[in-house]
Amino acid sequence: MTITKTQRDILGSSALRPDGISKVQGDYEFSSDLHAENMLWGATLRSPHPYARIVSIDVSAAWKIAGVECVITADDVPGQLTYGLISEDQPVFANDVVRYMGEPIAAVAADHPETCRRALAAIHVVYEVLAPLTNPEHAIDESHEPIHPDGNIIRRQRIVHGDMHATAPIVVEGTYDIGMQDQAFLGTESALAIPDHDGAGIEVFVATQWLHEDRKQMAKCLGMPEEKVRLVLGGVGGAFGAREDISLQVHTALLAMRTSRPVKMQYGREESFFGHVHRHPAQIWMRHHANTDGRIVKIEARFVFDGGAYSSTSSAVLINGVTHTQGPYQCPNAIVDGYAVRTNNPPCGAMRGFGVVQACFAHEGQMDKLAAATGIDEVEIRLRNIIHTGDTMITGQILESVAPLERCIRETAAMPLPAEMGLQPHELDLPGGSGRTADRRNIVRGIGWGVSMKNLMYSEGFDDYSTARCTLTNGSVELKFATSEVGQGFVTLAPQIARSVLGVDEVTYDTIDTQIGSAGSTSASRQTWMSGGAVDGACRMVRERLFEHVGSLHGIEPLRLAIDDTDIIDTIGTLRISVQEASANFTVSETFEYHHRQTEDLDENGQGNCHVAFAFVAHRAVVDVDVELGLVKVVQIATAQDVGRVLNPMSVTGQIEGGIAQGLGLAVMEEIIVTNGIVRNPSFTDYLLPTALDAPQVLISMIEEPDPQAPMGAKGVGEAPCISVTPAIVAAIRNATGKSIDRCPVRPQDICF
Amino acid sequence: MSESEHYTLTVNGVERKVSDAWIGESLLYVLRERLGLPGSKGACEQGECGSCTVFVDNAAVCSCLVMAATAVGTQIATVEGLNEDGSLTDVQEAFVTEGAVQCGFCTPGLVMAVHHLLDHNDSPNEQEIKEALSGNICRCTGYGRIFAAVDTVISVRKGISS
Repeated sequence: MTITKTQRDILGSSALRPDGISKVQGDYEFSSDLHAENMLWGATLRSPHPYARIVSIDVSAAWKIAGVECVITADDVPGQLTYGLISEDQPVFANDVVRYMGEPIAAVAADHPETCRRALAAIHVVYEVLAPLTNPEHAIDESHEPIHPDGNIIRRQRIVHGDMHATAPIVVEGTYDIGMQDQAFLGTESALAIPDHDGAGIEVFVATQWLHEDRKQMAKCLGMPEEKVRLVLGGVGGAFGAREDISLQVHTALLAMRTSRPVKMQYGREESFFGHVHRHPAQIWMRHHANTDGRIVKIEARFVFDGGAYSSTSSAVLINGVTHTQGPYQCPNAIVDGYAVRTNNPPCGAMRGFGVVQACFAHEGQMDKLAAATGIDEVEIRLRNIIHTGDTMITGQILESVAPLERCIRETAAMPLPAEMGLQPHELDLPGGSGRTADRRNIVRGIGWGVSMKNLMYSEGFDDYSTARCTLTNGSVELKFATSEVGQGFVTLAPQIARSVLGVDEVTYDTIDTQIGSAGSTSASRQTWMSGGAVDGACRMVRERLFEHVGSLHGIEPLRLAIDDTDIIDTIGTLRISVQEASANFTVSETFEYHHRQTEDLDENGQGNCHVAFAFVAHRAVVDVDVELGLVKVVQIATAQDVGRVLNPMSVTGQIEGGIAQGLGLAVMEEIIVTNGIVRNPSFTDYLLPTALDAPQVLISMIEEPDPQAPMGAKGVGEAPCISVTPAIVAAIRNATGKSIDRCPVRPQDICF
Repeated sequence: MSESEHYTLTVNGVERKVSDAWIGESLLYVLRERLGLPGSKGACEQGECGSCTVFVDNAAVCSCLVMAATAVGTQIATVEGLNEDGSLTDVQEAFVTEGAVQCGFCTPGLVMAVHHLLDHNDSPNEQEIKEALSGNICRCTGYGRIFAAVDTVISVRKGISS
């Protein structure tokens, strides 16, 4: 069969993925599929202890195993010994102390993965086991010695806004716990490093979210100039934040440099759980003061994010959390105190939603408590408090983004509810699924709400930019960018932009690598806005040049020319010429760097214009709960999301449905369980992910109110779907059970006992 | 590795010699690393995610759980063998056109699982589809577009235009 197209794949169409055919046929090259002549395999030795002093490391037995070509430890790191995204506090290899279970200590290169495994087993490390710091409160109260030279507090940020002494007749409070979630991308970490023949440089194919940042960190640790470290995006099997920090990049490159041979590293699933950062577990206390009409007067809050052993992006996650204390609601007065702390738990960092997931779980729990305390309906209490464009937030920042929040809530509320469960339902429709354990008589249905706002792009003064090049030759366009395609579909969108701006149909994109300026990270819902803005800008520059060319040929002022479908037309004359014809024997190439508007740091009172823009979303969840067994089935999610403008309806649908599944996971099943620093469930057998049987019916409304600040009017859509769906599901469980459940994921014991 | 197992596997109808292999290698490893068939993906190594789904004597199995040397004498079919002339099967086409592919890592395994389902049941109901695909984890899509792709194939096979 062949796929035939009936319309042009311009902005607004459901253009198909250019990599879709190779992905369904199994010949798309993920980074783990790459091979090179004479290649070795690499593997990493990791600490079994969450906190220990390394007394000695003896690698001599590993070297003696036939097939082992290299064994490296911290002593072999030629450049900087530590790395990190914001603070360079994480060792490439631990050399004196290990601070979390799974911390790298050594790496080997050998002829076969099994040889690697045997070599790792032959490395003898003597540890002096220390008492780990695992309770974040002990990092704050200084009852545990510093576990790192940088101390146990990664960052503290207060927000003080308005009248600290304000109060109101209705006061509700709660303490909310959010579990540690894993991104659980399917394609585990992998890289192939190929040293240059002259030994002075290296090419690394890697699955990552941000090629240039990886390169910067790698070059420092390798002691090489950045231009000698060339990164190429290997096919990426999902990311969701877990590829924002580097993992095996330095190790793989170092093994390749040492052996002068290509080296491939690929984590197994268990190692992947130790190889990347997770969503921060958090405990959040909030107290809302409101008038009897439900209007919020003041919010007090305290956030504690457990950053684990190294800082990663904890300081930015904290800022996202505390600045979203109010959620999408007006709040004139606030006192917030937030900590991101260091412990001997697994390091935590970026995951889809980035601090706002945690804040939202708390503020939405509070809104339901406020509804109960005032006797106002859950939908009405939210509508009465919603924030509008032009309102001042608790940071003092004016909300400039288009904020169609009322539409999000009302359109969600208007969606049909699912049919009641019949008296003899199919066993797979019962909570517990194929376990066939639930009893129809014990099943209670519940409905719950969640509403959220999420900042888009990077914050706090970061000069965030993206670069793209557009080359037009003979009616076809080639684009070049370093934007990581991780599954989100930028490689679909970028050609759509070029077709719309330039009136061409043939658009290809060059290899995604570091041979052009940075695109920034594929995170923070930012690539449609940032790299989309860069592609749009480069294509517009090319269009200007094309109009000048056509104008000079026909004696027409270029300003009079415009693109109409695939033609160039004179808007006040008769000229009509196809872009194909107009660009015959004409080549023009332009590079554009898109920057978003500048933001500011927060001051000591948490005041400042720290965020660029916001997107809004509402979720309504319907669940069936077996109240005897504590089993939950999510029946339906209704959602209306502020997307600005829909550039590809099928891609947006995919982001919304996929984000909802991840939020569902955090609501009822996904949690990395850590006991005294020991990870108990690093496998897909024990860390539960939503399957096809867990997928609820999803009803979607995309709210299109183009944002004038956004290139093409479109807001990023990646994170919003997974934020308020979690509190909506938990609220539905509360509604079904009458239990006050203030943690996620909700476990059977939270329902039964 | 000094191990030296030699055996022959029948993959996509072709006899393939495996030489100097370690006896502990899984079928997934041998397909990917020795026979040049990387379409089957490894994501959990314990039969939970279905990314490595292949057919062994027409049964859909996780190739990560099969020792390669025990598959001698069986008929092994991988995603690469679905349509060797390079064109797409109806399931593959529907995955592309319905948006069932995002990162694509789970996709070959899911394509195999859907073929297996529809080869044995030409009109599965919603529960049967969900159960048949519940051994294949997709982290990107939330499964909605995958269900849409399956529905499209069922409709097309029944001659109902979608």
